[in-house]
Amino acid sequence: MSTTNANPPPATSPPQMPRENYLNANYGIRSWLFTTDHKRIGLLYLFSVTFYFALGGFFALLIRLQLLTPQGWLVGPDTYNRLFTMHGVIMIFFFLIPSIPSVLGNFLIPLMIGAKDLAFPKLNLLSWYIFNIGAAFALYSIVTGGIDTGWTFYTPYSSIYSNSQVSAAVIGIFITGFSSILTGLNFIVTVHTMRAPGMTWWRLPIFVWSHYATSIIMILGTPVLAITLLMVAAERLLHLGVFDPRLGGDPLLFQHLFWFYSHPAVYIMILPAMGVTTEIVATFARKNLYGYKAVAIASLGIAVIGFLVWGHHMFVAGTSIYAAMIFSLLSYLVAIPSAVKVFNWTATLYRGSVSWQTPMLYALGFIGLFVIGGMTGLFLASMGADVHVHDTYFVIAHFHYIMVGGAVMGYLGGLHYWWPKITGRMYPEMLSRAAAIILFVGFNLTFFPQFVLGYLGMPRRYATYPPEFQVLNVFSTAGASILGLGYLLPIIYFIWSMRYGPVAGPNPWPATGLEWQTSSPPPTENFETTPIVTWEPYDFEHRPDLGLPKPERAKRKPLEAPGLELGE
Amino acid sequence: MAPMESSTEHKSDHVVPIKTYAVICASLLVLTFLTYRIALVNLGPLNVVVAIVIACVKATLVVLFFMHAAYAPRRTRLVIMAGIFWMLLLLGLTLADYLTRIPVL
Amino acid sequence: MERSGALFGHFRDLDQQKQTASLGMWVFLMTEVMFFGGLFLAYTIYRWKYHDAFGAASRELDVSLGAINTGVLILSSFTMALGVWASEMRKRKLLCIFLIATMVLGGVFLTVKGFEYAQKFEHHLVPGPNFVFPGPESQHAEIFFALYFLMTGMHAVHMIIGEGLLLVLLIYAWKGSFTGGYNAPIENGGLYWHFVDIVWIFLFPLLYLIDLHH
Repeated sequence: MSTTNANPPPATSPPQMPRENYLNANYGIRSWLFTTDHKRIGLLYLFSVTFYFALGGFFALLIRLQLLTPQGWLVGPDTYNRLFTMHGVIMIFFFLIPSIPSVLGNFLIPLMIGAKDLAFPKLNLLSWYIFNIGAAFALYSIVTGGIDTGWTFYTPYSSIYSNSQVSAAVIGIFITGFSSILTGLNFIVTVHTMRAPGMTWWRLPIFVWSHYATSIIMILGTPVLAITLLMVAAERLLHLGVFDPRLGGDPLLFQHLFWFYSHPAVYIMILPAMGVTTEIVATFARKNLYGYKAVAIASLGIAVIGFLVWGHHMFVAGTSIYAAMIFSLLSYLVAIPSAVKVFNWTATLYRGSVSWQTPMLYALGFIGLFVIGGMTGLFLASMGADVHVHDTYFVIAHFHYIMVGGAVMGYLGGLHYWWPKITGRMYPEMLSRAAAIILFVGFNLTFFPQFVLGYLGMPRRYATYPPEFQVLNVFSTAGASILGLGYLLPIIYFIWSMRYGPVAGPNPWPATGLEWQTSSPPPTENFETTPIVTWEPYDFEHRPDLGLPKPERAKRKPLEAPGLELGE
Repeated sequence: MAPMESSTEHKSDHVVPIKTYAVICASLLVLTFLTYRIALVNLGPLNVVVAIVIACVKATLVVLFFMHAAYAPRRTRLVIMAGIFWMLLLLGLTLADYLTRIPVL
Repeated sequence: MERSGALFGHFRDLDQQKQTASLGMWVFLMTEVMFFGGLFLAYTIYRWKYHDAFGAASRELDVSLGAINTGVLILSSFTMALGVWASEMRKRKLLCIFLIATMVLGGVFLTVKGFEYAQKFEHHLVPGPNFVFPGPESQHAEIFFALYFLMTGMHAVHMIIGEGLLLVLLIYAWKGSFTGGYNAPIENGGLYWHFVDIVWIFLFPLLYLIDLHH
């Protein structure tokens, strides 16, 4: 059993906020800006990514407003090009990539493995500063006119012909990439060397496995993007023309280099959300995760196979047909470990003691929307189908189902699930459930019509469209406004809860992880004494310390439909 | 797996003797000279192969002995091989595109 | 045996700290492998496409300077390894001597490189509006030189960072920080330096020795 004494006796007095915790250990802005406490750094990141999410969302709002009418009433095509480029750049590099790892991963990984901090706390703080310095370059590029190349920066438009602020933007993304690399490096080394006694690899929570897999992608993929963007900047600023077609430069070389990172990048965005979902599903089904080892290995499988599929972004770009066939096959294969996870979540829910708290709503939403997004990915992996829907709204709908319906919902679910641990307070449950449902409805109304639009032929990145597409576009914009409301509500009630929310106690759900064995909020050094782990993960059956009622072993009754004789 | 990474401690306390370093340094210089001499001979497509092979041998010597990989825990060697393998993936799969294109015209 | 002053608070003991630092440096070096890997990919593709132009362009480089620089870097790796040995044997002054030797050799490399770059400017071999190259494939040769500057330039940046790193290590080494039993920073600094050497071990034949026999 744990050697910490932070678990209260079951149900006697209402929980109290711990007198000394990481939030009140030091006061003043300097104690935050120069902290090396991974928990505070997680909150610094929370602040930053929320800002960039709002900024990216602002550009999304403008896009959806523009698309209310076929002829476009808000902006001209040049400005529209900048809108969707900024939306993509900000959302991907300054929100989605850092979100779960830098906020929740930073906060939770040391707690989950029983360590006092990450392996390199100062590098952790440095990574936050690097993130913001890179973001400052991107902000500069926005306020000085923006960029119009698409977030994909295809050459030679980005390297030679575009007159927009490409250099500043790519330098910004280059710098922020190092934030990602340092985070990944920190996580990998931490998981290898900082685990508490008894915390073996096969006892790690899936959240940790997911972040380990994510970190592998971060450290092996991001450097390639870094050098590629540097080459674009070098071409623009120093005439070192590696992509210049007049010199024999090859645009496809850029695309290979770019997508070698940017495809695995989408697994950086989804794997942490899968880890969050696993934690939530196990806790709110109050049941051991089905197939723990399979889920852990599937995380690594997604990371590895995810590096082998990038050519599917280039099916119509002029690559060799044989290479395209290989990439297509591998793109189908990468769906398998994801499917393994979905099956295992489902099997965990089956015959579990399921409750519908807000984190569970987000996790269930994640599973459903991720399946839709993932399946439509298979249509895109088929070369024939891809020729039809490439560069249409079908692709946009596909990746928004995964990145918004998946990753963002995973992020919000995780924020709700661990909010009591981070702040010591609970958020208002009914309001949060309402927000989750509003979000789900708004999301589907926004993006489902886009599948239809894409299949019917509406191209992406166009400021205008044929009039017959207007109805679906209006639905989509209407949905976006509901979606926006769904995002606004948590910001409001989370802030409210920090002052007025009921005190949560160490383990409100309750859940099995090590992070719940210390107070909420935790002390700066995480645990009063170093924990010694003797239990298996998600083992609700054998954790009397959680104070749960003994589960009834229900007997298997035969099905009660008349005419069916399925004897046992 | 054991609670702590136990296989690692004592191997890394091994001190590599100066003589080993000197031998490796001399080998590296010899191999450099060899690379240069062979480049002066026309071996056709084999030139680049030989050059890369010799460079790989030199790099291996540096990694194993100057960087102590020969005495490092297994996990370190895994990290090294993963990095090299990934770079080869980048090169290999991209070349798979270029090398299998049917020339148009 | 342990210098307890070197232990950071979140570690159990110096051994865990040393393992952690070493693993951290190796993982970082793998990111550098991928970073340079992108340049090596660009080089590979273009050399394959424009083999003759690359050969002609490569012959404009000064092979003897490249070879000397290769030797210089190999020697600097040798002195760095000797520095690690000195720190393990707790010989403070010897460690400092080897660190200084490494820095000097690195300085020689950078000086020769600077001279080579100056030559390129003189001979109009710098890509851009002033680039001049005889022959029908001058534009492909310009790509070669773009890659030449990108690759050796990125390598030189890493060398300069390495020199800075060595200077910091030298200062602490002089104070005796690494000869009291805990020498992880010297070892890890050594790892970085050797890596930069390895990059050059590949750059030399790939850039200087294409079709030399022509």
